[in-house]
Amino acid sequence: MNRILFFAGLQEKVGQESLELDVTGKTVSEVKEYIGKQFQLDRLNEAMTAVNEEYADNQQKIGEGDVIAFIPPVSGG
Amino acid sequence: MSKQFWITDHPISIEEVVKLVSRREAGAINTFIGTVREFTYGKRTLHLEYQAYRPMAEKKLEQLGQEIEERWPDTKTAIAHRIGRLEIEDIAVVIAVSTPHRADSYDASRYAIERIKEIVPIWKKENWEDGEAWIGDQKEQKAYPEGSPKKEDMK
Repeated sequence: MNRILFFAGLQEKVGQESLELDVTGKTVSEVKEYIGKQFQLDRLNEAMTAVNEEYADNQQKIGEGDVIAFIPPVSGG
Repeated sequence: MSKQFWITDHPISIEEVVKLVSRREAGAINTFIGTVREFTYGKRTLHLEYQAYRPMAEKKLEQLGQEIEERWPDTKTAIAHRIGRLEIEDIAVVIAVSTPHRADSYDASRYAIERIKEIVPIWKKENWEDGEAWIGDQKEQKAYPEGSPKKEDMK
């Protein structure tokens, strides 16, 4: 099982901060495609992805228990 | 050992951040204070809202501190970033850098704020007179023109 986290505008569109979903074995880009369709997030591609709090590229495979976070463009400071 | 890099939902004490980098070896402490501005190109902000992916943001701030140490040896950095609702003139971020000589403290401080806008997962929601929006573009430029972040942005 995996935990998927949403922030900022994505969180508002999805309507929740996180969800539990089993995406073990999928790549980051497969997860993005699936979630993007599920929640009609047409700008999900602009978000970076973090796996276990480290930025991950689209080819990275998700492992059991990994926490995935979609990171829309940041604007701290 | 107290934290050198943290996210907080309370007002930041500038003095506390500065104290964390103060030391006998330092000849300079540069302090950057990021505040909430009322007008952006004529558009009036009523208040702001910051959100963070807290554990990752603190980790990335720490990483940023390490990057600074590598680039400017003998540097000590502390950074606090506030989240939640902030009013005009409130302090959003405090960066303190101490170095033996002043030039490095300016450079490292500038580097820190630019990097925060690149890699630290903190978002800002503008609440204007006439609406609201999450400000989502790296360094307040266009968001990922190729549709996805570049490899070097993900370090």
